[in-house]
Amino acid sequence: MTQNLNLWLIPVLPLAGAAINGFLGKRSSRAAVSTVGLVFPGAAFAWALYVAFRFSSVELPYQEYLAHWIRSGNFAVDFAFYLDQLSLVMLLVVTGVGFLIHVYSVGYMWDDPSYYRFFTYLNLFMFFMLTLVLANNYLLMFIGWEGVGLASYLLIGFWFTKDSAASAGKKAFIVNRIGDFGFLIGLFLIIEHFHSLNFSAVFEQVRPITSETAGAGLLTAIGILLMVGACGKSAQIPLYVWLPDAMEGPTPVSALIHAATMVTAGVYMVSRSHLIFERAPTALTVVAIIGTLTALFAATIGITQTDIKKVLAYSTVSQLGYMFLACGVGAFSAGIFHLMTHAFFKGLLFLAAGSVIHAVGGEQDMRKMGGLRSYIPWTFLTMGIATLAIAGIPPLAGFWSKDEILWKAYEANWIYWVIGAITAFITSFYMFRLLFMTFFGDYHGAHVDEHGRGSHAHGHDGHGEPHESPMVMLVPLMILAVLSTVGGLVGIHNGFQHFLEPVFGSEFPQSITEGSGNTEWLLMGISVLFSLAGLVLAYMLYVAKPYLPQKIADSLGSFYEAVLNKYYIDELYAKVFVKPLVDGSTSILWQGVDRKVIDDTVNDAADGARHVSDEVRHMQSGNLRSYAGWIAAGAAVLIAYMIWLGVAR
Amino acid sequence: MVPLSYYLVLSGILFACGVTGFLIKRNIITIFMSIELMLNGVNLSFVAFAAHWHVLAGQVFVFFVMVVAAAEAAVGLAIIIAVYRTRETLNVDQVNLLKL
Repeated sequence: MTQNLNLWLIPVLPLAGAAINGFLGKRSSRAAVSTVGLVFPGAAFAWALYVAFRFSSVELPYQEYLAHWIRSGNFAVDFAFYLDQLSLVMLLVVTGVGFLIHVYSVGYMWDDPSYYRFFTYLNLFMFFMLTLVLANNYLLMFIGWEGVGLASYLLIGFWFTKDSAASAGKKAFIVNRIGDFGFLIGLFLIIEHFHSLNFSAVFEQVRPITSETAGAGLLTAIGILLMVGACGKSAQIPLYVWLPDAMEGPTPVSALIHAATMVTAGVYMVSRSHLIFERAPTALTVVAIIGTLTALFAATIGITQTDIKKVLAYSTVSQLGYMFLACGVGAFSAGIFHLMTHAFFKGLLFLAAGSVIHAVGGEQDMRKMGGLRSYIPWTFLTMGIATLAIAGIPPLAGFWSKDEILWKAYEANWIYWVIGAITAFITSFYMFRLLFMTFFGDYHGAHVDEHGRGSHAHGHDGHGEPHESPMVMLVPLMILAVLSTVGGLVGIHNGFQHFLEPVFGSEFPQSITEGSGNTEWLLMGISVLFSLAGLVLAYMLYVAKPYLPQKIADSLGSFYEAVLNKYYIDELYAKVFVKPLVDGSTSILWQGVDRKVIDDTVNDAADGARHVSDEVRHMQSGNLRSYAGWIAAGAAVLIAYMIWLGVAR
Repeated sequence: MVPLSYYLVLSGILFACGVTGFLIKRNIITIFMSIELMLNGVNLSFVAFAAHWHVLAGQVFVFFVMVVAAAEAAVGLAIIIAVYRTRETLNVDQVNLLKL
């Protein structure tokens, strides 16, 4: 059946919103800006729902051709869209969670002087993200990929007058460039060998290749290069360093871009290319190892952070590691499943954290919070749900997806499972630590401030008692809380996996056997136990005996110092990469090439011209008779030359 | 029959005299006459070539030059008289400004 779903509307609607707000927003009222900023992404969400509704009645994968783009010889790239189960899931997550975060932003950003600019960027981000998700070829995907990077840069540096925000934006952009470099080379390899970037065309040619036939090495190279790109965008070791700094952006941005959607683009890309990865076991192993290490590594840093958003940032990095672990063991649907549930609960965590920050007047240090439970009960409730979800307590969303991943990891290699389970324990611990530090105990913040701005001034100095956020912020929290609670239920009986089966094929058919069923239950029990252990430990340390953590930290000494300082990775990068680059650029490129070669060439040429002119200008005396003399002399020289020519001949 | 080269040498001498006079004289009328001398030097070479090659074009050119020279003399002398009336000098070095 050939139906037109008009997929192009979905990315174009937010683009229209961005254009309207971008060009007219400055002169419009906040209400008008909010209307435009909400209606367009909302319409995109509605259209995505419509597409989901009509989903069963179209032939899959559904492709929609919009316009020519590049035609060069037999190489062609079009503006065309691609819809299958995978992109549908991404589509709904991006538009759904994205729309909720837009709604939340109305409340959160209301007092910001650049209100319109925020919504312009946010809508622009939606456009690029949806392009990325819906593209039917790697190049269009890459456009979206770069576009979300741009939007991310703009939004991290949203408060660009703050130096730290501006440099965090730059850091994110530059680190992402490194990953994109790998991605691009991967694309070049694909063009070189498959003469197309079209998903269906490439995968058609990849399908017959197996690890024994020729081309397997090529697929490994492509896979690893694509993974380099994914490492940049999805903040994996060694390119994760930008994500924690990205928390300089407004909190809704952290929720939308740096938790729910953009950072999962790498997972999506790897899953989209699963045919390549499945045929390149080495690349898959690399993905799995990077994912596992990142999950553990980031989680340990998360324990020591005191900035509420930094904890969540490291948690995001760690959870993304889980998703890559899933992809790396070939369980792509589990990775996408975790991507979806993570979008719900991590988006919720960030929004709730934003609500907390809003409540305490811009404070982000958890040590200055505490006891907020009674001040902001709704935020506490929703954040509690999200914490339970991410910790993997059944039956919340995180439990189902995390369990799925751990189970698949165990089937691949028990080491993955061990590290994954330890990470789950640490995750549970630091999340409950966050919850307890923020909502339990006594309030440590400044209570009353003389020049509090009254109603809803945030981001400024303290403003009285912590207060609950307005409804426009709470409603998205509640919806996401519901999703975080029930979102995992689609995974029961492998329902989600079956839904994605047309895309990924049947994974590990041998896993559906009687004997392994018991193992699955056992593993499930152990991971739940681990999560509960994390909860209990966090309770003991931060509620029952709040003096203990400092003692433990002291007894660990330099190790604790190292973790607190994020293992000095930033310092290491600064020494190993940034400083040589800056020094080299300064001494060789700037002082050497630019000043000595380029500038001096130009200056010398100018100086030479000036000296010659200095001498020659005396000829132009204004004396008519001397001019006539020059003319006569010139004529004489010419005649002499002509005579000489005649004689010479 | 006088050879062509004689005429040409005489023509060159006349022209050179004109150039020299133009360059070194200060009196505007002398300069004017030097210009006439150059023109006539050229005229001489024209007619010499015309006679030598039996081509009339050279003589036709000479008529043109004479006409232009006559016109120039008329206009030039008028200007010189006007300049003398206002500046009371014929020294070109003192007439190097266009405004009064």
